[in-house]
Amino acid sequence: MTRKLLRINMSDLSATYEDMPEKWAKWAGRGLTSAITLDEIEPTCHPLGPNNKLIIAPGWVSGTPAAPSSGRTSFGGKSPLTGTIKEANAGGLSSQKIAKLGIGAIILEGTPKDGKWYTLHITKDGVQFDDASDLMGKGMYEVDDLCWQKYPNEPAVIGIGQVGERKLSNAGISVNDPENKPGRYAGRGGMGAVMGARGVKAIVIDDAGGPGVEIADMDLFKQGRKKLTAAIMQHDLTKKDGGLNSYGTNVLMNIINEAGGLPTRNFSAGQFEGAALISGEMVAEMVEKRQSGMTGHGCHPGCIIQCSNIYPNEEGEDFVSCVEYETSWALGANCGINDLDYVAKMTWECNDIGLDTIEAGNTVAVAMDGGLLEFGDKVGALALFDEIRKGTPMGRILGQGVEATAKAFGVSRVPTVKGQSMPAYEPRAIKGIGVTYATSTMGADHTAGYTIAPEIAGVGGKVDPLSKEGKADLSLTFQAATAFIDSTGYCLFIAFPILDIAEGWAGMAESVAGVMGMEITGDDVIPMGKEILKMERIFNERAGFTAADDRLPEFMRFEKLPPHNVVWDTSDEDLDLVYAWVNGTDE
Amino acid sequence: MEAEVRVFATLRRYLPELAIGEAKIVQIEPGTTLDQLRECLDLPAEEVKVIMVNNLQADPDDLVSDGDRVTYIPAVAGG
Repeated sequence: MTRKLLRINMSDLSATYEDMPEKWAKWAGRGLTSAITLDEIEPTCHPLGPNNKLIIAPGWVSGTPAAPSSGRTSFGGKSPLTGTIKEANAGGLSSQKIAKLGIGAIILEGTPKDGKWYTLHITKDGVQFDDASDLMGKGMYEVDDLCWQKYPNEPAVIGIGQVGERKLSNAGISVNDPENKPGRYAGRGGMGAVMGARGVKAIVIDDAGGPGVEIADMDLFKQGRKKLTAAIMQHDLTKKDGGLNSYGTNVLMNIINEAGGLPTRNFSAGQFEGAALISGEMVAEMVEKRQSGMTGHGCHPGCIIQCSNIYPNEEGEDFVSCVEYETSWALGANCGINDLDYVAKMTWECNDIGLDTIEAGNTVAVAMDGGLLEFGDKVGALALFDEIRKGTPMGRILGQGVEATAKAFGVSRVPTVKGQSMPAYEPRAIKGIGVTYATSTMGADHTAGYTIAPEIAGVGGKVDPLSKEGKADLSLTFQAATAFIDSTGYCLFIAFPILDIAEGWAGMAESVAGVMGMEITGDDVIPMGKEILKMERIFNERAGFTAADDRLPEFMRFEKLPPHNVVWDTSDEDLDLVYAWVNGTDE
Repeated sequence: MEAEVRVFATLRRYLPELAIGEAKIVQIEPGTTLDQLRECLDLPAEEVKVIMVNNLQADPDDLVSDGDRVTYIPAVAGG
């Protein structure tokens, strides 16, 4: 393979193209960011200090001709929010363009000695270090606009808002979408603060004239691509006019509510009476009623699932992309807010100032629980984002995320694991996802091992969400499969069709094998995923994490969650089974 | 006896008169199964992926009881 490693050192403003070392040659995406993080970053370093790095990597198949839904970029390093290893990935324009420049990964390290901020312009000719004064203090909507005005060829823009400039722990990294709007966020874990600590406001990527992606075995690649595409287009969830295409991820709002697993008012109940009003069905109704916006929006070129949306405002203008499930839940149900227009306004704020919407919504909810506002106070909630934008002392606390805010307001109901707050599935009512939250190498993260598929949706089998039985194995299998898929460049949502359609699973592996010239089949997906998990787990152990960190918060063990009136009762022994193999003798 | 029935997402196309989350009250005979109730409502079997009764998973062959809250769910997932 001819993929290069682009090392950008901000201390001396140098950029060097290195051959991909043999030890990393088989990896891409998350596998590569995690391998580099393990090898190059001191596990005990301060995440904002000079020894942390930001690793950016497209997946195995990103940038190849028409591999479906393959525009994910992985962002890795040590997380300021969790102190663990982190990989957060996003759609948008960057993955395919980085890959087409022949770059396997960008390692961003060092800190500018002059204290200045830079925009990095990466083209086939190298890296240009531009003064970022024109972008400083600006939100991502304006940054994306200015970058497209300044740089040719409609480039990818990876950037941070004001929250990242201030190096706060809930700073995400934005990637522009095909309409050059922010909203595709590598949101979780505060990686925007890591980018800010490197003195980089934006990375502009122009692939014009790039060498493209080398494909080792075109016939095998095409065979795999065909099988995978067929599975995606055949499955009821991912096909044209299917659930995701019609309603987006927010198709889940009513369903999770129905299952009694929708975290409401800072995880104090499992159902929200206003769920229908902030659901995906309501987004679709608003698009129809206001004759503006759209459902079935693609977040990156070549996506055939198209689960994104553009939400229209009351004036009938395209307003914000994307009101997805996590966003609508975090800023809606979990804050007791049932007004989709306000959810959309807060989403716009998150996109602009550079916040992860999950952590942001949970932060507002915790602050409400602490008495800052009443639950349901949408006007007050929206105003908090202005505090964050301005960087007031209150805004800086809120910008740090849930745990800092809980401490500031004396709240003990703190829905976090390893410093990262939980997404939109209640672990007391959906036990498998609780195992994933507890044991994931990333902190509480649903995408890390999405057991919701079989526990709620009947995808990839069917299991009872309220049962503890077999959930350690289930979670590990999903965590391993996810680590692999996060390395492909494919969107994780290809998992749904290929869990049900075996040909699609094989096709995914064959497309990767075709690009890389690796001899792998569908049978290698789980073992390779476990290799990635092992690297991440070792980094976390070296950073000081132990089994005691693989636990859900205490309140979930004694606060009964309505409507099922259940507590978190999975044993510590069961949780410890999930990663017992890492230090065991069987691997 | 009667049951309240909800449908979501793509299944709403078959009961377009219902607002989002609104229940249809259906009169049923004792001994009716969830699958028979689905047929009464003209919901295609191949499009119903999951059934819930009173917030719990249920099987098509389960009997409907008076006052049950029944929900038919198509293929959904996301994140």
